[in-house]
Amino acid sequence: MHSRNNNTQSLDWVSIVLYLLLVGFGWVNIYAANTEADSPVFWIANKEYVKQLIWIGFSFMTIGILLLIDSKFYVEFAYPSYILGVILLLAVIFVGVEVNGAKSWFQLGAIRFQPVELTKVATALTLARVLSRFQFSFTSWQDLLLLGAVWLLPVIIIVLQNDLGSGLVFFAFLLPFFREGMSPYVLVFGVLAALIFVLTLLIPNYSILLLLAGAFFSILLFHKYRKETLMALAVASGVYGLMALVMQARGGDINHDMALLSGMGLASLGLGFKALLRRLPTVGIYILLFWASVGFAYSADYFYENMLGEYQRSRILVLLNLKDDPQGAGYNVNQSKIAIGSGGFSGKGYLQGTQTKFNFVPEQSTDFIFCTVGEEWGFLGTTAVVLLFVFLLMRLTYLAERQHSAFSRIYGYGVAAIFFFHVAVNIGMTIGLAPVIGIPLPFFSYGGSSLWGFSILLFIFLKLDTNRGQVLR
Amino acid sequence: MGNSNRAIIINIAFVLIGLIYIVRLFMLQVVDPSYKFYAESNTQRKLTQYPSRGLIYDRNGKLLVANQPVYDLMIVPREVAPFDTLAFSQALGLPLEQVRKLFQEVRNNLRSRKISSFKPSVFYKQLSAEQYAVLQEQLYLFKGFFAQRRTVRKYEYPLAAHVFGYVAETNENHLKNDAYYSLGDYTGISGIERSYEHFLRGQKGARYILVDVHGREKGPMRGGRLDTAAVAGKDVTLTLDIDLQAYGELLMQNKSGSVVAIEPSTGEILSLVSSPGYDPALLIGRERSRNFPALVTDSLSPLLNRAIMSGYPPGSTFKTVMALVAMQEGVVRSSTSHVCNNGFHARGIHVGCHPHRSPISLVPSLSNSCNAYYCYAFRDVLDNPVHGSPKVGLDRWSSYLHNFGFGQRLGSDFFNENPGFVPNSEYFNRLYRGSWGSLTVISLSIGQGELLTTPIQMANMTAAIANRGWYHTPHVVKAIENDTIPSRFKEKHHTGIDSIHFEPVIEGMEQAILGEIGGTARLARIPGIEVCGKTGTAQNPHGENHSIFVAFAPKDNPKIAIAVYVENAGYGSSWAAPIASLMIEKYLTEQIHPSRNWLEQRMLNANFIDAQQE
Repeated sequence: MHSRNNNTQSLDWVSIVLYLLLVGFGWVNIYAANTEADSPVFWIANKEYVKQLIWIGFSFMTIGILLLIDSKFYVEFAYPSYILGVILLLAVIFVGVEVNGAKSWFQLGAIRFQPVELTKVATALTLARVLSRFQFSFTSWQDLLLLGAVWLLPVIIIVLQNDLGSGLVFFAFLLPFFREGMSPYVLVFGVLAALIFVLTLLIPNYSILLLLAGAFFSILLFHKYRKETLMALAVASGVYGLMALVMQARGGDINHDMALLSGMGLASLGLGFKALLRRLPTVGIYILLFWASVGFAYSADYFYENMLGEYQRSRILVLLNLKDDPQGAGYNVNQSKIAIGSGGFSGKGYLQGTQTKFNFVPEQSTDFIFCTVGEEWGFLGTTAVVLLFVFLLMRLTYLAERQHSAFSRIYGYGVAAIFFFHVAVNIGMTIGLAPVIGIPLPFFSYGGSSLWGFSILLFIFLKLDTNRGQVLR
Repeated sequence: MGNSNRAIIINIAFVLIGLIYIVRLFMLQVVDPSYKFYAESNTQRKLTQYPSRGLIYDRNGKLLVANQPVYDLMIVPREVAPFDTLAFSQALGLPLEQVRKLFQEVRNNLRSRKISSFKPSVFYKQLSAEQYAVLQEQLYLFKGFFAQRRTVRKYEYPLAAHVFGYVAETNENHLKNDAYYSLGDYTGISGIERSYEHFLRGQKGARYILVDVHGREKGPMRGGRLDTAAVAGKDVTLTLDIDLQAYGELLMQNKSGSVVAIEPSTGEILSLVSSPGYDPALLIGRERSRNFPALVTDSLSPLLNRAIMSGYPPGSTFKTVMALVAMQEGVVRSSTSHVCNNGFHARGIHVGCHPHRSPISLVPSLSNSCNAYYCYAFRDVLDNPVHGSPKVGLDRWSSYLHNFGFGQRLGSDFFNENPGFVPNSEYFNRLYRGSWGSLTVISLSIGQGELLTTPIQMANMTAAIANRGWYHTPHVVKAIENDTIPSRFKEKHHTGIDSIHFEPVIEGMEQAILGEIGGTARLARIPGIEVCGKTGTAQNPHGENHSIFVAFAPKDNPKIAIAVYVENAGYGSSWAAPIASLMIEKYLTEQIHPSRNWLEQRMLNANFIDAQQE
């Protein structure tokens, strides 16, 4: 281990400037969303912009302390902080208060605090610690089990708090996993599974089956198994047609699921036999993949229809924008688009927004703060914010890549991933490109614990960056 | 795949998402204009500022019609919070049942999407200022309700209802035909409220306010720069003399009929009475829905403006015009005499007459109202060899009548004038299949038969005689604030009769009143005033004849011309003449001569309505 003094580098001022710009512009917009033209009094302690100012001050103080602490402390602190974070998450289920249906807040006098913000930091540190362990391998079952446990334990507790949005944020850690060598197929399968799940809600099972069969045959064709594909197709459609005819002749309704499954089953058997004979492992893999997908689709459907309550089903539908709920999520997105769209190219001018100021947009200073930017600053303002975030994310990956220490690098990617998830989902939902998941826009949204948490997340990394020449263990 | 490649892939993902979002934002904010439109309608609310209608004055500047505030109770259904229905009904001063019904109505309208849950709609219309005062104190208890001030008419006198007409909410036709109106606006439905609607209504203003998602007011839009103030309607001064109008309505009490008095030199209507009338206050706002059906179904038709809408045969009053036409046609001169042998007898046609001196010349033929004289005169007009055919003669006669304003709408400021009827040759050709002559239609000569005229036309005829040959279209509006009355009221209409012919006719009319022997209208004599008049009796197949009298005074430089109709009252001399003379006297001297008080009392006490009903 190197000595501490001879290897310390200066703070990354680019990131700090970006941070200050975002926090400052964020506050300016919180002020706009909350100010009332007829109230000249600025210092009203219960105004959100005043509270936010206090939290900004508190965050700066915290940053000062964080920068004084030795980088090695964060490595050591990873596991204890994780345990603390999990305890806080569990505690909040029992002693927390409920806000918007999620029991995820501590209330201490006038101060409300969401422990999940700290858990994000703790989990990022701990995952970095686990992944940076000597000889960690994505092919080792033990390593994967440990990683999965550390990763998903907070998610389970958070979902128990009914704070689905925050729980989803933890999937952002797939990004550092990917960077550290996780197979990209995990991402592909993840996306595929999500797609199938959404499809089961949208269309009947046999349509999914038909789609999967279509995809299956297309891939086989793509791999030039022309003869086999045609034969399997003939078998499948033949069996399907025959069964449909028999069912109709018996006077009952046609069970398309049954007929399709039988057809595909017979076709797969034939194909599998041929694959074994001719040693075509690719065909075998695709057959297995197809049936895995079919199994997933049916079990997802069963899970959704039979294991979830009506309330949970409805929540999922609304979350995915599949349910028209004008007073709920649908209303929010519509109003949000109106507010942003009405801003035009250069905006209505600071404090001139009407949609956001008059409460047309819900949660205007927290989840939908981007609407105020859109309405008052126009396309110029929104583009500036998007670009600032993209610059920050790219800067963070650049910083992460220059770390000697794997721990610092992985943590840096964790920070970037969390920011990325928040930014993409938050801005995406305000412009109708992402489901409405109630998570804040980093540095912008009103809310003390989120600002504080994001600041800690970022500045621990910037502190680690000052020791980028060292290998921290 | 190397790990540094993965860093690049991750950065590409960041940039890609950023780009997608920026493109989407460009579409939303720059390309698609619809969101700006939605935003406008989301936050703006236009509040109509209702102007007060123009005031109405009489010719002497007395205020006749003003405005009074009423309050529409408005509801924004979405903002309504649970409250005590009983307290609400008490505050409104309505029975609980009715309040329940009103809420049921709101629910129905919400369901059928007639009203919006977010926007204010009328809950209860036109609370009086007194009712509102009670409600106002407790209004804060009832969330989602507020009062909107409107103005309705206030009548200073219970008179001249037919002249004023009334104001009511616009109907679909108004909305369709005039873009100015929106639902819930008021408009004049009849009388001058209708004819002068464009002047009286003023100009609606608008206040644009910003509202939040709950429709709550959040201040003016753009600092109130878009707001327009309501412009009050223009005040209108009538030609009516309200005192004369009051006296006319008083004299006509318990009678049905009408009085129209005109200032001959201007055509200004001094008084227009249609009896029975009604108190115009009965048709204000909320009252109307209760009173209107009763007025409509009343067998005496108080809503009917008889003065302009009822056509009667003019009877003997027509002899004045008949004499003028005959003289202008050269078939009668002032010296022309005819024998009247208790009437006119020719080829089986008999028109009776009452006893008087015979032969009789023009002047006494008028004052004595000889029927035979006018049968001869009429026959001579039609059978004048110059025309070659009585049909041409009749059409000539008919065109003179049109010159006097008969057989057509005069074009006064009442929109619903009855044109009356003047037959022409075409009409009789159809009626008699071409075979008719002057004797067939001889009853026209004494104002009977097919001839129909309205009281206003008769008053106008009298004014034309008083003017010795011309008239201004009768009208009831004298001046409009900062505006001019229609130019048609300034035009002189000539009757086509030379003024020289009027002297014997006027002489006859004077003698009808002054004449010691045979004067038909001696009850119309007023000490110190030269009144010229002519009695008439309109035959009424349904009952007692209608009593008619037309007159003007003074003889020289006339100030008033009047036509009086008293339905079912018999001879013109008995009722219409005294009433006309009292009106003239009141107008010219502002009092009734003590020697005539008995006459006034008799007129006031006369009751032809109850007699008719029995």
